[in-house]
Amino acid sequence: MKVKVLCRNPDDYVRETTRDIQRVPRNYDPTLHPFEVPREYTRAMNATKLERVFAKPFVAALDGHRDAVNCMAKHPTSLSTLLSGSCDGEVKVWNLPTKKCVRTLQAHEGFVRGMCARFCGTSFFTVGDDKTIKQWKMEAPGYGEEEEPLNMILGRTELLASCASDRSIILYDMREATPLQKVIMNMRSNTLCWNPMEAYIFTCANEDYHLYTYDMRQLSMPIVMHSDHVSAVLDVDYSPTGKEFVSASFDKTIRIFPEKKSHSREVYHTKRMQHVICVKWSLDNKYIVTGSDEMNIRLWKANASEKLGLSAEVKALHQLEPKLTTREKQAQNYSQKLKQKFQHHPQIRRITRHRHLPREIYSQRKELHVMKEARRRKELNVRKHSKPGSIPYVSEKKKHVVAVVD
Amino acid sequence: MAKRKAKASRVRSESSSKAAKNSTQVMTYDDGEDELLEGDDDDAVISASEEDEGGSDDERKHRKLLEAISALGGKKRRKLAERSEASVQVSEFAVSAEGAGEKISLSDLLGAMDQTPSAVKSTKKQLQNLESCKDTLELPLSRQETEKIQRKVAFEKTSKDVSQWESIVKQNQRAEQLVFPLNQEPSGPKPVEHVVVGWKPRTPLEMEVFSLLHKNMQPINDPLLTPMEEASLKAMSLEEAKIRRAELQKIRALQSYYEAKAKRERKIKSKKYHKVLKKGKRKELLKEFEEMRNKDPAAALEELKKMELARMEERMSLKHQNSGKWAKSKAIMAKYDDEARKAMQQQLEMNKELTQKLALPPESEEEQEPEETEVVPDFANDAQAAADPANPWMMGKLSAEPAEKDCGGDDKESAVENTQNEEEREPEGDEEEENEEDVLLREFDEKRKSRRPDDDALAPPFQVDKEETEGEKKEEPVCVSSEDEHEGEVVSEFKSLFQKLLANGHESTVNKGTGQDAKESDAEEPALLDEGLSRVRSLEDVDELLGQGLVREHAEDVAEVKEKIPTTAEETKNERTDKRKKKKILDLNDVLTRDAKVISVPLAPTAIGEEEVAERGGFFRSFVGLRGDEGNGEGDQRMLVQEAFAGDDVVADFLKDKKKRVEAGKPKVVDLTLPGWGEWGGVGLKPSRYKRRRFRIKVAPPPPRKDRNLPNVIISDARESSVAMHQVSQLPFSFEKPEQFECSIRTPTGHTWNTQRTVQKLTAPKVVTQLGSIIEPITRDSLDKSKAQTRGKKAPDIVLASAGAEGQGPRKGRRKAGKNDARNLHNSRRRAIKRTK
Repeated sequence: MKVKVLCRNPDDYVRETTRDIQRVPRNYDPTLHPFEVPREYTRAMNATKLERVFAKPFVAALDGHRDAVNCMAKHPTSLSTLLSGSCDGEVKVWNLPTKKCVRTLQAHEGFVRGMCARFCGTSFFTVGDDKTIKQWKMEAPGYGEEEEPLNMILGRTELLASCASDRSIILYDMREATPLQKVIMNMRSNTLCWNPMEAYIFTCANEDYHLYTYDMRQLSMPIVMHSDHVSAVLDVDYSPTGKEFVSASFDKTIRIFPEKKSHSREVYHTKRMQHVICVKWSLDNKYIVTGSDEMNIRLWKANASEKLGLSAEVKALHQLEPKLTTREKQAQNYSQKLKQKFQHHPQIRRITRHRHLPREIYSQRKELHVMKEARRRKELNVRKHSKPGSIPYVSEKKKHVVAVVD
Repeated sequence: MAKRKAKASRVRSESSSKAAKNSTQVMTYDDGEDELLEGDDDDAVISASEEDEGGSDDERKHRKLLEAISALGGKKRRKLAERSEASVQVSEFAVSAEGAGEKISLSDLLGAMDQTPSAVKSTKKQLQNLESCKDTLELPLSRQETEKIQRKVAFEKTSKDVSQWESIVKQNQRAEQLVFPLNQEPSGPKPVEHVVVGWKPRTPLEMEVFSLLHKNMQPINDPLLTPMEEASLKAMSLEEAKIRRAELQKIRALQSYYEAKAKRERKIKSKKYHKVLKKGKRKELLKEFEEMRNKDPAAALEELKKMELARMEERMSLKHQNSGKWAKSKAIMAKYDDEARKAMQQQLEMNKELTQKLALPPESEEEQEPEETEVVPDFANDAQAAADPANPWMMGKLSAEPAEKDCGGDDKESAVENTQNEEEREPEGDEEEENEEDVLLREFDEKRKSRRPDDDALAPPFQVDKEETEGEKKEEPVCVSSEDEHEGEVVSEFKSLFQKLLANGHESTVNKGTGQDAKESDAEEPALLDEGLSRVRSLEDVDELLGQGLVREHAEDVAEVKEKIPTTAEETKNERTDKRKKKKILDLNDVLTRDAKVISVPLAPTAIGEEEVAERGGFFRSFVGLRGDEGNGEGDQRMLVQEAFAGDDVVADFLKDKKKRVEAGKPKVVDLTLPGWGEWGGVGLKPSRYKRRRFRIKVAPPPPRKDRNLPNVIISDARESSVAMHQVSQLPFSFEKPEQFECSIRTPTGHTWNTQRTVQKLTAPKVVTQLGSIIEPITRDSLDKSKAQTRGKKAPDIVLASAGAEGQGPRKGRRKAGKNDARNLHNSRRRAIKRTK
């Protein structure tokens, strides 16, 4: 007698864990799943809508300074530590997850102009208006003194660049006795940040509302001119991935720019945030910290609608996993992909691109646009009414560089 | 002498603090002079004593004396360094200080050289040249300038240094996926081998054990295999061994089978059988030879040689010559027996056959000849071509010529009409590139067809023109009136939506053509954000936003078009090349129209119509009646529906509607006559016939309607705004053709259509960062690492060697498995050994 038995591989129908959903065998025959494009379009649309609805980038505000926050520094080894120096010479060390100030020092008389942490995180340096550089331990205070020029930004290990108030950016090499090269721009650059992943690229924040990304080897013309701000740009910081950077401006907004794009992909502002003086991108690429004129430090998400998992309290309360589950991540990736795929479709584009701006800034933007248009038109007219070839075409990027000095 | 002694004793006392050895010597001094002279210190003593006496004579004497003494001793003596005051008189070789204050000129020195004939001529010349040139050295550069140069050099050096990063930066930019932090070590427990590598035996016991292991060539680390075993594994994996064994088995079985067969055949006694067999064999051989001659002349030649040899052997031997015993007996029988005669004749024939000289070699020569003839004409042709290039018939390689000509022609064409015929040539390019897409398309269509074969049967495909005017961007095909099936409508909407995407990109390319525009636009990258005053907090807000957006988009569209027209007009005035451009603009419609789109739509109305027809004929009722209770229920419902829509003649309505549309679509005569203009006007007066003919403009009839042969279908070419809302109006940047873009949209990414693995691959984000892990800036280590990698790539030998050692490429995994198997085997063997012990 023959006995026929159905035999199945348990891998096909048994789920991996009890928390997982039941496995359902699927038939991927395209005839069974029609209208793939319309369905995906609808999904993409929903994803974009939800993205905008959930775009709530503001995480927390840290208050405690008694004057405007003038500079900040990241701790190189601890993500939860932040240093901030204010205009009254006070330096505070913050613990970000608890939103508490851990330590306060009266570091200088007058402004704390700049600060940076040592690479190992054991101490930090502050530069003050009292013409001193002080080195502090992270834990207990102690110091040595030195004279130095103000506002120097440590970049690559050997390469150094500084912005001076004579509208110039100067490159140094620590191994050489003399500076390397100097570029003079139309207006002063306030700060400068090296791309952490691309050794020869840096971006400087300029007073003329723009940011300029330079290739160190080619200072005669910036690679990209980033414009969207409507007032002087005061600070810039790269994301640790080197793909984006954030800029803080006098116009009370911060903007996030893709590295090679001339316009921003995101703008953050709140009603109470005044002129943003300093900005930092956290070392895990997830948060942005801003220090502004009205004495507050604010914590933002780098990706406005990103789901970062539950907050610490909730986690503790329910004893849940801190991270997203795999399926959550997959869904996120999928919706991200869909958004990217359908990004050119007008409705989706409309939703993704829309940002709210305060009326002031909005009108200023309009005004700037009008001005720019007028300038362009004038140039066009001048060219039209002069001898052909007498007025050369100058690229917009090049117009802002005055000279390169060897 | 006494005096001298005294002196000596004084000196002694001075140096009395010396070693005890000396003191004994001192004792001997006092005994006698001879012994004293032998002492170490006597020279000093003596000289000291004699200085006291003074006088140069004495000095000379003294020296003599010393020499005498040293000669006496026979040993070498240490000479004392003499110190004396340097003075003018001391030596004749000393430099005189006479001309100390004077300058030395070069000529002074050279004069001396002239006197010496041995001086080298070349140096002389050099020195003379030096004398003749009066130039002074240049001043050193100023500090600023030197610093400038230094800076420049330093900058160049640094920028060169920094450029080393370029490769790694590019690599990161191009990477499919970047996972930060870079160079992350894989988490989780490390394999034992890695951990054990660093460990070394320390205690004596461990040392002993290890030395034992080493002696016996036993493995120490985790891969518990001896070198022998490893070597054997490397030579062959378990699976391979199995396969090989199976092969061998098979071969052996086959061999034995054939052996048995041969044996059996050999035992067959039937002569006829063997005769036939031999004949067959020979025939086959000949056939094979024929074939071989065609295919492989070299092998055939060898075969021929063999045959020749066989012939020779045949001629040498007496076989088949009717001289054997058998032949003789047959010869006797031949008179009476026909068969015997036949047999003898056969023998002779065979002999003839076998000894016949083969006429093959000349054939092979023939084969070679044509090659030679081919070679010669080629050569000749070449020469002719050189002599008379104008005559195409005289040129060699006629077959190759046309192709070359074509190429040349094409090139010329492209050179000449590169710009003009862009559009004409585009379809060619399309065809090429469409090939890949065609495959996709076909698949897609086939799927569709297989999905709805019924629909296809019902609704023959119809085509929709896409026309484009400058004011309107495009017209959407809108399919078919079908009131009841909303779904169908939605489907058609979406289909038309995604199948038709417009190529406004062409326009932009046209604009890019001029340098001016390019330059103008270089700074103006479109903004990534639309910033406005409205906030989006909820889904309702989003929808509202969309409502606004639509209006704005329309406005933008119109504005854009308006902008474009004047600019182009300007260009036409300004530039010479604009004629072409204008043509292009005019041709735009042609370029943008997609002439044929086949859309098949489920035809609900026809179905209803049929039903109604059936009902009218009374079929329906009878049909219902035929059915059972179930049918009755259904029928009731239908009756109900029918009653509800008793007054509606849907089919008639539809036809009327269609007629109306057809009428509306027909071109109307535009009457531009102005009565009374240029002639008398008034009541009852008609404009003249000339005028009427001149000013009544007849529009050319539109292309025939696509639904003219489809009675139950209306195809409308009008633009449908509800669909346009969802459509992409311009070809997005980075796509070169609408097809590309469509293709990118068409492939689904979701898990509904793809397996999980594919979905993961398709949706993998470009940059992955982990919450809470610090991403450090890129360091020099990674640069060095990448350099090392590239070096590795440059030296493939090493890689190959290592690959060879590990296992070859794709089979690596399998190898590994084999290894594991072997390891298991090995372990089990060990266990077995233990047990036996």
